[in-house]
Amino acid sequence: MSQNHTLSVLVENSPGVLARIASLFSRRGYNIDSLAVGPTENPDISRMTIVIDVEGHALEQVIAQLDKLINVISITELDPVTSVQRELLLVKVATTAENRSQVLETVQLFRAKVVDVAQDAVTIEATGNAEKIQALLRVLEPYGIKELVQSGLVAMERGLRLTQKFN
Amino acid sequence: MSEEFTGAQSLVKSLEHAGVDVMFGIPGGAILPAYDPIFDSKIRHILVRHEQGAGHAATGYAQATGRVGVCIATSGPGATNLVTPLADAQMDSVPIVAITGQVASAAIGTDAFQEADIRGITMPVTKHNFLVTDAKDIARAIAEAFHIAETGRPGAVLVDIAKDALQNKSTFDYPSNIKLAGYNPVLNPTAQALRDAAVLITESSSPVLYVGGGVIKSNSYKELMELAELTGAPVVTTLMALGSFPDSHPQHLGMPGMHGTVAAVTALQKADLLITLGARFDDRVTGKLSTFAPNAKIIHADIDPAEIGKNRSVDVALLGDLKNSMKGLIPELKAAYKKTKPDLTGWWKTVNQWRAQYPLGFDEPTDGSLSPQYVIQRLGQIAGPDAIYVAGVGQHQMWASQFVNYEKPRTWLNSGGLGTMGYAVPAAMGAKVGAPDKVVWAIDGDGCFQMTNQELVTCALNNIPIKVAIINNESLGMVRQWQTLFYNERYSNTELHSKRIPDFAKLGEAMGCVGLRAERKEDVDRVINEAMAINDRPVVVDFSVHRDAMVWPMVAAGASNDLITVAHSMAPVWDSQEL
Repeated sequence: MSQNHTLSVLVENSPGVLARIASLFSRRGYNIDSLAVGPTENPDISRMTIVIDVEGHALEQVIAQLDKLINVISITELDPVTSVQRELLLVKVATTAENRSQVLETVQLFRAKVVDVAQDAVTIEATGNAEKIQALLRVLEPYGIKELVQSGLVAMERGLRLTQKFN
Repeated sequence: MSEEFTGAQSLVKSLEHAGVDVMFGIPGGAILPAYDPIFDSKIRHILVRHEQGAGHAATGYAQATGRVGVCIATSGPGATNLVTPLADAQMDSVPIVAITGQVASAAIGTDAFQEADIRGITMPVTKHNFLVTDAKDIARAIAEAFHIAETGRPGAVLVDIAKDALQNKSTFDYPSNIKLAGYNPVLNPTAQALRDAAVLITESSSPVLYVGGGVIKSNSYKELMELAELTGAPVVTTLMALGSFPDSHPQHLGMPGMHGTVAAVTALQKADLLITLGARFDDRVTGKLSTFAPNAKIIHADIDPAEIGKNRSVDVALLGDLKNSMKGLIPELKAAYKKTKPDLTGWWKTVNQWRAQYPLGFDEPTDGSLSPQYVIQRLGQIAGPDAIYVAGVGQHQMWASQFVNYEKPRTWLNSGGLGTMGYAVPAAMGAKVGAPDKVVWAIDGDGCFQMTNQELVTCALNNIPIKVAIINNESLGMVRQWQTLFYNERYSNTELHSKRIPDFAKLGEAMGCVGLRAERKEDVDRVINEAMAINDRPVVVDFSVHRDAMVWPMVAAGASNDLITVAHSMAPVWDSQEL
């Protein structure tokens, strides 16, 4: 059964690392659902959060192949229950004088915020897990989504436990 | 203040520190600064005629010696010509390091003259690669490249160095201890896995040792022999493992796979346990994967975690250096055998029936022409088990795997994974450079030979007296065989006419070799002996052979190994209850 898995991957912050990972996924036919790269508390190391859609057995292969890349330092699969997982959404919704207040109410319900207002549109910023973001978009859709941009998912273990330790 | 060196000097000093004694290459604009200190270095540089030749020569050197092979080329086309040998070495886990020049760092990304993003291009076909743009980083990159190439599962590493990095000055500091955060190969299997493996072996009544190239890479032939004799199980050696276990050993069933022996293929199919040692369940071995060894439990010993369970799920994984795995398994097994040791008599009886009934063989052509198998068999008998045999890819390669007896490791070199036509001549050159006291025979096809024969010039000029047997059936023989079998004998673009053009003996002569020719059976021994007597020049022997000879046995691509055919449309006759 195919399923989404979230991998937190520590990589050396060196040129070409993203290309190596992208090339590996492409060559071996793995599908990336989302990918987010950013700095960590250590400037020599970056963290990638990769969401992939594979079966259990194939997941082991993905992790083993990723781990063979010299620039990949460690890989941890994050369980959605024991980790905090967030995406960032910016969405521009068409509004009129009549329905603007309804849209703003929706924004409040979802604990999102309005970051830009124009005559005929508002831009909304929301963070949350994939389900929340999808739910928000479903509610906003009837008003007319003009444009949207979404980040890849980022995630971290809950509690004191560290997702990964540096060497 | 410590002394400063140019990046080029640092590069050559680094290669010396890494223990390099020879490298194969061609200079060009971007790499030119490096060639100046190479001129003064004690490292022997062999000037090849094509960068592909340099790459395969490095591979042949590495396979013959077990040391890292080194090739060097300039930017752009020089570097792209190395792509095939890099992919080839990586597929067969051969440790090589390729050094390429790159345009000056300020010009990178501008489509400068002879610029190619060789790091990007070779990412999927190397174990790792580097782009160095600062002179001070050269020593570390070279040290890391050698460390990565030769440890863990060996492979190909490329170091691309910008021209200004070669020209600028910096201090030189070759790191003695390499530690890479993301690279820590596991060397020893767990004690629990060793115990579990021993238990599976004691429970098995029809085991087979499925031996792959990892045994040669890890130099663990002694351990393999001990393990084989301790278990008393049949042994099969894959194309990459020939020579790791003597062909003459009574437990050896030969090679498994598409053109393996009936006994080896069938033993795997019928086994209840495969003790897999440094092999990777390649499609050429397994045939249709879902029908491969259907009743077998799997012990898989390998140093590469990604091989475990990649193609076939395993019951026990021995993750680690194969030598350590076998060294650990042997005492576990001895202890387990004290309690119970399975009786393999019945299994051997069955296996021996297959062996007796379906030995490897060939029919002599009825028209009096020369049989390619006979030529190769005689070559093996006359040159003997101490010679190194280097094959190209195709029918001649399969016959060379079948009809030469390999008794010693590193005497059989070929392009197994990538299947690179043109591998033989340059790889034989590299092997001869690495093992100058050995007789080195390239067994090549007329198609393969025409891809890379220019390196015979290199051999002739550099006193590298290899011998080349061209098995000339004037066609792309293996492709033609498939056309015979699967395309209604429609021979589209497989005729090479190479009994007419070129004249291989003359071509050899023109390149500074001795050119010989054999067309009849009675010529064969004489010509081989004549070639064996020549040691001051390379020799090219054109064996004009029967063009319709085919490689048997055969399992068609994608078919189940149960459907092995021993000759055209002839399947083995099994006892009904056996199947």
